[in-house]
Amino acid sequence: MPDATGLELIGQELGDSVLDTIFFRDRATLVIDPPSIRSVLARLREKGYSFMSSLHGVDYYPEEPRLGVIYELLDMRRVDRITVKLRVPTSAPEVQSVTPDASQDAGWPTANHQEREVYDMFGVVFRDHPDLRRILMPEDYEGHPQRRDFPLGGEPVIFTCNDTGTPRSSE
Amino acid sequence: MSPLEEPTTGPAPPMSEYRRREQSITLSPLPEQLEHGADGSEETTQELLTLNFGPHHPATHGVLRLLVTLQGEVVRDIKPIVGYVHTGIEKTAEDKAYWKVIPVVERMDYLAYYFNAMAFCGAVETLVEVEVPKRAQYLRVIHLELNRIASHLIWLGTSALDLGAVSIFLYCLREREKILDLFEMSSGQRMHTRYFQVGGVIEDIPTGFAHKLREFLKVMPERADQYGAILSANEILLQRLRSICPLDADALLSLGVTGPLLRAAGNPWDLRKAAPYSSYDDFDFKIPVGTVGDNYDRYAVRLAEIYESVKILEQALDGLPEGPHITEDRKVALPPRHELATSMEALIHHFKLVTEGFRVPPGEVYFPIEGPRGELGCFVRSDGSSKPARVHMRDPSFVNLQAFSHMAKGAYIADMIATLAMLDPILGGIDR
Repeated sequence: MPDATGLELIGQELGDSVLDTIFFRDRATLVIDPPSIRSVLARLREKGYSFMSSLHGVDYYPEEPRLGVIYELLDMRRVDRITVKLRVPTSAPEVQSVTPDASQDAGWPTANHQEREVYDMFGVVFRDHPDLRRILMPEDYEGHPQRRDFPLGGEPVIFTCNDTGTPRSSE
Repeated sequence: MSPLEEPTTGPAPPMSEYRRREQSITLSPLPEQLEHGADGSEETTQELLTLNFGPHHPATHGVLRLLVTLQGEVVRDIKPIVGYVHTGIEKTAEDKAYWKVIPVVERMDYLAYYFNAMAFCGAVETLVEVEVPKRAQYLRVIHLELNRIASHLIWLGTSALDLGAVSIFLYCLREREKILDLFEMSSGQRMHTRYFQVGGVIEDIPTGFAHKLREFLKVMPERADQYGAILSANEILLQRLRSICPLDADALLSLGVTGPLLRAAGNPWDLRKAAPYSSYDDFDFKIPVGTVGDNYDRYAVRLAEIYESVKILEQALDGLPEGPHITEDRKVALPPRHELATSMEALIHHFKLVTEGFRVPPGEVYFPIEGPRGELGCFVRSDGSSKPARVHMRDPSFVNLQAFSHMAKGAYIADMIATLAMLDPILGGIDR
C-alpha cells in the first residue's frame, strides 16, 4: 500500500479529478469524479498499478449519492494496492465502462463480467460496455437486488403450484 | 399474392415468453470471417452451428451453460451463461450479524470453504483491528492447506474423469476422505465447518489430530507420486493436454486471471509469498510454475502444489506454537464456557455476543488471500452496526471464467472440455 503521504502525492498528481483521499487501516483509497474514471485508471496504470484485481458495487443508502463503484488496482512488482472509488446518484446511475479499448487508453478486459454484475445487482449503467446484460439474475428480472432498499425474501417461487392460472389436478 | 407468401402487414404473431427470453440473449459477432463460403463455392461452405451445452452436463463441473458456436468440430465462439445457482449469499449476509455471516459465505465456493471464511474473517479482523494469536494463525494455515489439497484432489479426479481416466477419481476421493475426517475431528463437520471465527478459530485441535495429520502427511506425497505415475506418463492424457489451448501470461493478467492458471503461464504470482497473511512468511515452500501455459502446465502446476501444501503442513505442525486459539478480546470472541458460571463479566459478554453480535467500526476493507483457484478477496463495508452493510467476494472462478473463450477459441470441442476441466471453475463460487 502507498503510505498516507504517497497517497496524497498521487492524489495531487491526478489533480481535480480526485475529490478525496482516504487512508484507512493501511489501505489507500482515491475518491474520484465519476466522468474521469478512465483517465484516472490510465494514469494509475502508467504508475505501475496495471492489474485490476476486483471491481464491485456498493449501495450507500441512505447517503447520497447512493451507488458506489469500487476498483481495486494492484501493482504486482511492488506488491502495492490502491482502491479507486466513485459514487453516482440513483437518478443518473451512469459510469463510463472501463472494459473496452478506447482511442487514448487500453481497456481492462477483466472488468467485463464484474461490470455486468454491478449492473445486475445495483443498476449502475456502464456506458460503452460491449455486452451489458444481467449476469446472475434471470434476463427478465425486475429490480436490482443488492440495493439496500430491495426487500430480502418474500419472493414467490416460480412453480406451477403457485400459479393461480394453472388448473390443479383436483379441478 | 399467393397464400403461401407471408403477409407484409398486420400484427406480428405473439412471441411466446420462452422465445422472447431466448432471443434476448445476444451472441457476440464472430471474431473472424469464415475461411470459405464467402466466394459462394458450394463444396467448401461450412455452416455455423450454435450448440447449447449445459446447464446440466457432467463435463461443465456444475450448472454452467455454454452457448458454443461451432464450425464443424472447431469452436468459434463461446458464451458462458451463469447464474443458475445464484442464491443471493451476499444479500443474505447483509441481514446477519458478523459472526453469523461466516456459515453463509462458506457456502459460496463449496470446495474452498476455509478460504471463504478466511477472507471474510480477515476483512472483519482488519476493520475491528483485532490481533489473531499465533497458534490460531498456524491452525488456520493447517486447515487452509488441507483444504487446498482437498480442492485440488476433487479437481484432479473430475478432470481425469473428463479425459477418460475413471479409476483416478476414486483414488482422489479416497485421500480427500482422509482430509474430511480430519476436518470432522477438529470441528465436528466435514464440509462448511464454521471453524474459523473472527479473532481465531472456534476450538483448539483435539488430542490425536496431530497424530492423524502426520499419518496423512506421510501418505499424501506417496499417493501424489502414484497419481503422477498414472497420469503424467499416460499417452492419451499427454495428447489431450500438451500444447492444447495455451494462453500467455500477459493475456491472462489483462483478463484478471490469477492462481494456478497464471502460474502455469510462467508468472510466479502467489499472494502467500507476495503479501503473506496468517504467518505464511514463517514457512519455507516453493511456487510451482509452468512454461507455456497450456493444459499440461495447468495440470502439472496443481499436482506440484499438492506437494508444496504438504511441506507447509509439516512445518506448521512442527512449529505449532502454544497459546490461545482465539483472541482474548471478549468484545469479539465468546468467553470460555467455564467462565460463565463464575464471572458476571463473561456472562454479559456472552449475552451481548450471541444476541446482538459485536459492532464493527465504520469503514471499508478489501482483504485478498490466495485461494486454490486464485485471488479470493473479500470486501466488507461496515456502517458501524453489528451487521455488515456490504459483503462482496471477488471469486476467482467468476473472473477466471472470462478467459475460457479466449483459451478455447479455435480448438476442437473435445479440447474445450479438457480446457474447462483445467480451468477448474466452481459454479457455487461464480454464482454465489
